[in-house]
Amino acid sequence: MSRIIKINRLKNSGFQVLGIIGTLIGLVLLAIFIGDILMDGLTRIDWDFITSLPSRFPEKSGIFTAMMGSIWILLMTAIISFPIGIGAGIYLEEYATKSRLSKILEINISNLAGVPSIIYGLLGLEVFVRILHFGSSLLSGSLTLALLILPIIIVATRESIKAVPQSIRDASYALGASKWQTIQHQVIPASFGGIMTGVILALSRAVGEAAPLIVVGALAYVPFAPKTPMDDFSVMPIQIFNWISRPQHGFIENAAAAIIILLIITFGMNAIAIYLRSRWQKRISW
Amino acid sequence: MISVMTNEENKVLNTNLLIPKTDPSKDKDYKIRTEHVDVFYKDFQALKNINLKIRPYTVTALIGPSGCGKSTYLRIFNRMNDYIEGFRLEGKVLVDDVDLYKDKVLLERLRKDVGMVFQKPNPFPKTVFENVAYGLKIQGVKDKHFIQERVEHALKQVVLWNEVKDDLKKNALALSGGQQQRLCIARTLAVEPNIILMDEPTSALDPLSTGKIEELIFELKNEYTILIVTHNMQQAGRVSDRTAFFYLGELVEEGLTKDIFLNPKKERTQNYITGRFG
Amino acid sequence: MIRKKEFVIEKFLQLSAIITILTTIGIVLVLTIEAFKFFTEVSIIDFFTKTDWTPLFSKKQYGILPLLSGTLLTSFIAILIALPIGLVIAIYLSEYAPRRVRNFVKPALELLAAVPTVVYGFFALMVVTPFLQTIIPGMSGFNSLSAGFVMGIMIIPIVSSLSEDALNAVPMSLREASYGMGSTKLQTARRVVVPAASSGIVVSVILAISRAVGETMIVAIAAGQQPRLTINPLVPVETLTTYIVQVSLGDVAHNSVEYRTIFAAGITLFMFTFALNTVSHWLKNKYRERYE
Ligand SMILES: Nc1ncnc2c1ncn2[C@@H]1O[C@H](COP(=O)(O)OP(=O)(O)O)[C@@H](O)[C@H]1O
Ligand SMILES: [Mg+2]
Repeated sequence: MSRIIKINRLKNSGFQVLGIIGTLIGLVLLAIFIGDILMDGLTRIDWDFITSLPSRFPEKSGIFTAMMGSIWILLMTAIISFPIGIGAGIYLEEYATKSRLSKILEINISNLAGVPSIIYGLLGLEVFVRILHFGSSLLSGSLTLALLILPIIIVATRESIKAVPQSIRDASYALGASKWQTIQHQVIPASFGGIMTGVILALSRAVGEAAPLIVVGALAYVPFAPKTPMDDFSVMPIQIFNWISRPQHGFIENAAAAIIILLIITFGMNAIAIYLRSRWQKRISW
Repeated sequence: MISVMTNEENKVLNTNLLIPKTDPSKDKDYKIRTEHVDVFYKDFQALKNINLKIRPYTVTALIGPSGCGKSTYLRIFNRMNDYIEGFRLEGKVLVDDVDLYKDKVLLERLRKDVGMVFQKPNPFPKTVFENVAYGLKIQGVKDKHFIQERVEHALKQVVLWNEVKDDLKKNALALSGGQQQRLCIARTLAVEPNIILMDEPTSALDPLSTGKIEELIFELKNEYTILIVTHNMQQAGRVSDRTAFFYLGELVEEGLTKDIFLNPKKERTQNYITGRFG
Repeated sequence: MIRKKEFVIEKFLQLSAIITILTTIGIVLVLTIEAFKFFTEVSIIDFFTKTDWTPLFSKKQYGILPLLSGTLLTSFIAILIALPIGLVIAIYLSEYAPRRVRNFVKPALELLAAVPTVVYGFFALMVVTPFLQTIIPGMSGFNSLSAGFVMGIMIIPIVSSLSEDALNAVPMSLREASYGMGSTKLQTARRVVVPAASSGIVVSVILAISRAVGETMIVAIAAGQQPRLTINPLVPVETLTTYIVQVSLGDVAHNSVEYRTIFAAGITLFMFTFALNTVSHWLKNKYRERYE
């Protein structure tokens, strides 16, 4: 009897250790990877690397055009997806509650969230690049990414709005406010922290995407930084992909260096999002 | 039957301190004693200086308004409160003279010896058979025949056998609420406890099922020491030998059930019994 | 005046929502139209039964099986990594870890999913493969093992986070009943909590598979670009997604069969992930009813 208890306890403690190892293993591997990247790429980062155009020679190559491309893409994707995503979220929570349309929309959105990003690339290629003749431009790329991250923004918007208590709406209506006035002055401000968290996470996903942009026709080699939304472009993940694919070791260093910059951007955005979320969660103790 | 690990040797002693079951009437000792028990949840004191002794083979009803600490008191005997963050206990909780909180008690063993039935029937989402066999299996019992017998015996004890014997593979969640609760009692009985804790076992059931469980409790006290929390005064009157009245974390009064109901010594008890509050 | 403004705003919001439906319709239309054109030139039977995929060679063959097998092999390896680790993490977090640990660990694990996938590709090619080559001599520089392994690390948070949600949804009363009979936490987890949460765990695994199947950059970088019908994890393969990238990087004329092959590969991928997602939604709804 007591032997069994001892064995059971041993197994139990054993599993607890396993659980801690399991929890750490992913993070430890990530740390190893990042350590390796830092060793490969840190010495390569300097002002020249950031401001130089791409080149056939690894030591002369820089990240400038790709970085400008990423910044353009980030801003344009944000401008396109922000109003649509939040608008759709508001519509689903405040207007279309429980209608058949909302049911369809809901299922549809969760399905879209599961569609692989490269499929969005095919959609963008056919619709934006070819049918609408936007070409392989920043516009086509950011429209494609905007559609890709729309489900994330919508879900985040809905969840933040759900957390706003009905009593606030009632109070606003009781003062004679219209529906939109209530949403504009009460619901959106009360849920804005949560919405922004979702938007930033979604955009950090967009910054890291390469596959759909490759399909849309973003180039690995762009001689100059884009100047208008209709220009050809490259982005950092594509530049990294391109450098990884080259045989010369110098390009691997470049890739590592570019990865460091990309990781700083995405982790930075995630950190901001987590910070916003924790601040927002603290505030809503209605 | 409460097992203890001595601190020095860290070895298991099977101190059988149970008084023989055969002749309960001659037993003068107490099965359970709580002495100066205080319980805290973080800073909040949920039980204040509780002193109570309980004889074996009796049913003790714990009554009192919601939030007065009845569940907290009940759950100290199988140390279920241990999982609550900020839980702290001071004083002595003695079962068969073993101090549950000071001596090195084998929790697994303690919980086999002190069974618990919960407020809402909580059968596992498994078959009827698997539910009753659960306790034996986690103790490492492998003998199929033995398990079979125990399951059948336990189901007969709770008068459920005839209702389920043809379909022991049925999912327990498909049973009615009353059947589920009897199944949960059978699940507890299958590991042969000697104390059974019941926390408002009939509050989620219809009157008919409640009646069956009450009859069952009356039967079970021949073999087990039973503590039952109840909101229902009639129920306390029907099933219990003794009644303890709790109020705001204090034990106001304890005595023979009929005394508590007919001539309580304290005014607060009187008020509660007659329904002036709670 | 206010009425009109309210109306216009509502219509704008509605339009925003409807864009998501248009997106779905767009995806389905684009894929089916181009795939339809493709199948007027290539037999659909050959497509699903031939074992060679060489649309870019002079001797063209259009058997999708090698791409499908590449996708399945890399995803299978990924799940082999992510399922046990993710499940152990989920059980540890929901049953053992103090709340403070959980509050710290969950966002930390989400970080794994936040790393851009080209970065994982780099890890797979530059760190994991060289390391594995020291253990397994004869392993190719491009292979599904490294790609699948790294992909597995990436999808750990999907399994762990969704499974943990499912475990947390199991009512506390079941745990109490089990502890009350003297079970250890492990016994309770294994015999009560995990079985009760099984459909939610299955959902998490399906979604993780779906994510792995659609993953592009890791496999494009580390698994190679050679369509090959094999279960050998040590040799180069090509996945559906890699093929689409490969064609997109090259110069392929619009309206050619080669161009349409990426839509044929795309619709195969889409249907695959759509089926997985549909099953997971169906399961999710089914188990949601159980505890309500
Ligand atoms: N987990 C807990 N954390 C903090 N306080 C608790 C907890 N459980 C119970 N309490 C408090 O302890 C008191 C007694 O609770 P309980 O024993 O459940 O009462 P009863 O069963 O008599 O209704 C109540 O005031 C309750 O709020
Ligand atoms: Mg209670």
